[in-house]
Amino acid sequence: MIFGLPVISVTIWLPILFGILVLATGDDKNAPLARLLALVGSVLGCLVTIPLYTGFDISTSNMQFVELHDWITRFNIHYHLGVDGISMLFILLNSFFTVIVVLAGWKVIEKRVAMYMAAFLVMSGIVNGVFAALDSILFYVFWEAMLIPMFIIIGIWGGPNRIYATMKFFLYTLLGSLLMLVALIYLYNLSGGSFAILDFHHLAIPMTAQILIFIAFFFAFAVKVPMFPVHTWLPDAHVEAPTGGSVVLAAIMLKVGAYGFLRFSMPITPDASHKLAGVMIALSLIAIVYIGLVALMQSDMKKLVAYSSISHMGFVTLGLFIFNAYGMEGALLQMLSHGFVAGALFLCIGVLYDRVHSRQIADYGGVVNKMPVFAAFFMLFAMANSGLPGTSAFVGEFMVIMGTIKVNFWYAFAAATTLIFGAAYTLWMYKRVIFGSVTNHHVEELTDINAREILIMTILAVFVLAMGIYPLPVSEILHASVNDLLLHVAHSKLPI
Amino acid sequence: MNLMANLIPAAAEIFLLAMVCFILIADLMLTKSSKIFTYLLVQLTLLGCSIITVGTHENTVVYAFNGMYVDDLMSDVLKMLSYLGMSMVLVYSRQYLMLRGLFTGEFMVLALFALLGMNVMISANHFLTLYLGLELLSLSLYAMVALQRDSAIATEAAMKYFVLGALASGLLLYGMSMLYGATGTLELGAISNAIANGVQNKSLLAFGLVFILSGLAFKLGVVPFHMWVPDVYHGAPTAMTMLIGSVPKLAAFAFATRILVEGLQSLEHDWSSMLIILAIASMAIGNLSAIAQTNLKRMFAYSTITHMGFMLLGLISGGIEGYGSAMFYTVIYMMMSLGAFGMIMLLSRAGFEADTLNDFKGLNQRSPWLAFMMMLLMLSMAGIPPTVGFYAKFSVLNSIIQTGHTWLAIVAVMFSLIGAFYYLRVIKLMYFDAPESHAPINVGSDTGLLISMNGLGVLFLGLMPGSLMSICAVSVQQSLLLH
Repeated sequence: MIFGLPVISVTIWLPILFGILVLATGDDKNAPLARLLALVGSVLGCLVTIPLYTGFDISTSNMQFVELHDWITRFNIHYHLGVDGISMLFILLNSFFTVIVVLAGWKVIEKRVAMYMAAFLVMSGIVNGVFAALDSILFYVFWEAMLIPMFIIIGIWGGPNRIYATMKFFLYTLLGSLLMLVALIYLYNLSGGSFAILDFHHLAIPMTAQILIFIAFFFAFAVKVPMFPVHTWLPDAHVEAPTGGSVVLAAIMLKVGAYGFLRFSMPITPDASHKLAGVMIALSLIAIVYIGLVALMQSDMKKLVAYSSISHMGFVTLGLFIFNAYGMEGALLQMLSHGFVAGALFLCIGVLYDRVHSRQIADYGGVVNKMPVFAAFFMLFAMANSGLPGTSAFVGEFMVIMGTIKVNFWYAFAAATTLIFGAAYTLWMYKRVIFGSVTNHHVEELTDINAREILIMTILAVFVLAMGIYPLPVSEILHASVNDLLLHVAHSKLPI
Repeated sequence: MNLMANLIPAAAEIFLLAMVCFILIADLMLTKSSKIFTYLLVQLTLLGCSIITVGTHENTVVYAFNGMYVDDLMSDVLKMLSYLGMSMVLVYSRQYLMLRGLFTGEFMVLALFALLGMNVMISANHFLTLYLGLELLSLSLYAMVALQRDSAIATEAAMKYFVLGALASGLLLYGMSMLYGATGTLELGAISNAIANGVQNKSLLAFGLVFILSGLAFKLGVVPFHMWVPDVYHGAPTAMTMLIGSVPKLAAFAFATRILVEGLQSLEHDWSSMLIILAIASMAIGNLSAIAQTNLKRMFAYSTITHMGFMLLGLISGGIEGYGSAMFYTVIYMMMSLGAFGMIMLLSRAGFEADTLNDFKGLNQRSPWLAFMMMLLMLSMAGIPPTVGFYAKFSVLNSIIQTGHTWLAIVAVMFSLIGAFYYLRVIKLMYFDAPESHAPINVGSDTGLLISMNGLGVLFLGLMPGSLMSICAVSVQQSLLLH
C-alpha cells in the first residue's frame, strides 16, 4: 500500500495520470514545464515500484500484491492484478527505463515536447499493466493499448521513412493480437466462463485445440519478440524511431512477447509447446545465427543493434523452449540484461546522432579523439553486447547454453556461435566508429557527453556490471516462479 | 381491450405525431431567421417523447391493436437511444445546415417523421406495421437527401436511393405476401406458431424467406445489396448522411430481429446460413473497397457495410449472447458514426466540405483536442481497446465462438485487421502530416461540447462497458426469447 492505495494500481495509473497532466501543458511554449512534469512523473513512477521489490516474498510462486475487483460482470471479467517473480522484475525495468527515456529526450526533442513525454509516460503505465494483469481481457486491453502511444511516437518523431515503419509495426502486431483474442475467447468458453489467466493454467485441452491455441498465441507473441520470420518490422521501426522510442522498443516492448510465452503459451498449452518445441528451437537458432550474420552486414548503426536484438532474443526463446531451469532462468536474465545493454547502445547511438545527424557507420571514425568519456562507456556496452564475462549479458547467455547442452550438443554449438558473431559485429562497428583518425569535419566538431548524459550512462553501466558480477539478487527473485512454471509445463494438460 | 389500453403503449409515437403536425404548422408562422425556435421545439419534443417512453414503460411485454404493436424493454431502450441519436444529429448539423441555407422547418419535420417511422418499426409486431414504419422512414430520408435541390450530386443520390429503396420495399412486400400465403397470417408471433406446427407449402415459405432476407439486406446495406450505400452517403449533404448512417441502424436492427427471431425463429437454420454468406461478403468487400477511397464519406459508407456485416455475425450466433451482442454492436456503431460524421461537419465551412482524407491532414496542429477526439473515434471503429469499439467486436466474437463457429471468428478478425488500416490512415493524416489549410476551425460551444462528450464517451464506455452490455442482453432476453 502507498498512502492507502494498492501498489500495482499506483504503478500503472500514476504515470498515466502524469502523462495526461503533461499533455495538458499544451504547446511548445510550455516545454520546460512539460519536461519537468514528465521527469517528476517518471521518477515518482519509478519510486512507487520500490515497495514491490522490498515487500516481495521470494519463497513463494504465488501472485503477490493481488488486487481483485469486478469489472465487467456480464463476462466475468475482473480488474485483477498481481505479480510474481517474473513480472515484478519487468515492472521495475520498465519504470526505470521511463526515467532514462525522459532524460534522453530532454534536449533532443524540440517539437511537440508535451506530447512526446506524455506518450512515454502513458505507455509506461500501460506496459506495467501488461505485466501485472492476471485477467486475460485486462491483459489484452493493456496489450493493445500499448500500440497506440508507440504508433504515435514512431510516426511523429521518427526518421524519414517513419510512416511506413509505424504502420507496419501496428498492423503486424495487431494481426497477432487479434488471433490471440480469438484464442482467449475460446479458452473462456472452454473454462466455463472465466477469463482469469491462472484458471486457464488448469484447463484440460485436447491436443488439436492446444496446437491451434499455441499457434494463435505464437502469432501474437512471436511478432513482439520478434522471432524469425516475423521480425521484419523491428529494423524498420527501430531505425525510424526517435532514440527514446528505440530504447523502449528494445528494453521493454520486446520483453512483453517473451513474457507472453511464459505466461500464456507454455503453461496453458504445455503439450503443444513440447510438440512444437522443435520448431521453436529451430526458429530461435535461425534468429541467432542467420540474423547475427545479417547484423554483420549492416552499414546503419541502429539497424545493426536492431538485428543484434533479434539475435539476442533468439537466445531467450531458445532458453524457454528447452524446458529446463537453466534455460528458463537464463532466458529471463538475458531478457533483463538485453534491456539494459540494448537500451544503452541505442542511447549511445542517439548521442552520436544528436550531434552528427547520421547513423551511418561510414560517417564516423576516430570519435575517441573527440569524445573519450563517451568512447569508454560505449566500449563497456559494446563488450556487454558481445557477451563478455563480468557483464550482465554473459550470465544469461551462459546459462542458456548450459541448459541447451543438456538437451542437444549441436543446438548449443549453434547457439554458442553468437559469442563469436556478436563480438564480430559489435566490435567491428565499434572499431569503425570510434577508433582510427578523425575522418571528417563532423567528427572534428564533436563535443563529449555532458553531465546529463554521463549520469544516464553511469546508471546503466552500474546495472550492467552489477548484474554480471553478482546476479543473485535478481535470480533469487526468479527461482520460485520459474520452478512453478516448469512444473506447469512438465504436467500434461490433455483431458484424461 | 379498451381504447386506452391500446393507446398507452403507443403514447410516445402519438405524441410525436401530434408534435410533428404542430411544428409543421408553427414553422409556417416563423420567419427564416427565427428557425431556432423550431429547432428548440423539436428538441423539446424529443425530450417529451423520452419522458413518455419512460413513463409508459412496463415490466412486461404489452401488445396493442390486436397484436400489431408491441411495447417491451427492447423497444423502449431502442427508442430512448433513437431520441438521443436524433437529438445529437440535430445539434451536430445545426451550424452546418445554417451555413448552407438548409436549416429549414422541412428538414426538422422530415427528421421527426423519420424518427416516427423508426419507432413504429421498433415497436412493430406485425408485417404491416413493420412495412408502414419502414416506408415512413424511407420516404422521409429520400426527401431529405434531395433537400439540397440545386446540388446535382445530391439529386442523383436521392434518385438512386429512391429507385433502389423502392425495389427493396417491393422485394420485402413480395416476400411478406408469400409468407402470408404459406402461413395465413401476418402477425409475427402467429407466423412463428404456424411454422412450428408445420407448413404445407414449404417452397412458398422458402421463397418468402429469401425475398424477405433480400429486402432486409438491402435496407441494412450489406453485400450484395450494398450498391446504393456509397453513392447515397457521398452525395447527400453530410447532415443527411449522418442521419442515414446512424439512428436508422437501430430501427434496422429491431426490424431484422423482429422478423428473423420473433417471426421466423424456426427457420433459423436456413436464414443463418444465408446470413453467413452476406456477413463474410460484406466484411470482405466493405473493408477492401474502403481502403481505396479518398473521400471520407465514401470510406465511412464502406465501413458501414463492414460494420453491418459484423453485426450480422451476432444474429447468426443467436441466443441472448448473440442477439444481445448484435444490439450492443448496433448501439455502439451509432455512437461512433455520429461522432465521425459530426467531425466532418465541424471541419466544414460555408462553401467547403471537409469530406476528403486530405482535409484531415495535420488536424493535430490545427486543433489537438479535435484530433484526439477523432483518434478515439477511429480507434473505436477499428476495435482497438481501450475504446468501446473493442467490446462491441469482443461480444460479437464471443457469441460466435460460443456457438462453435470459431473459423468465422477468425475470418472476422482478419477482415478487422484490414479495416484497421484505413482507420489508422486517418490518424496518420491527422498526426503525422502537415496541414494543407490553416483556416481557423469555428466550433460552436454546443457542437464542441457534444463532440467532446461523444469522443470521451467512446473512451469511458470502453473502460466501463458492463452496464450497457447488460442492458442490451436483458432487453433482448425479455423481448425476443421469453414469450
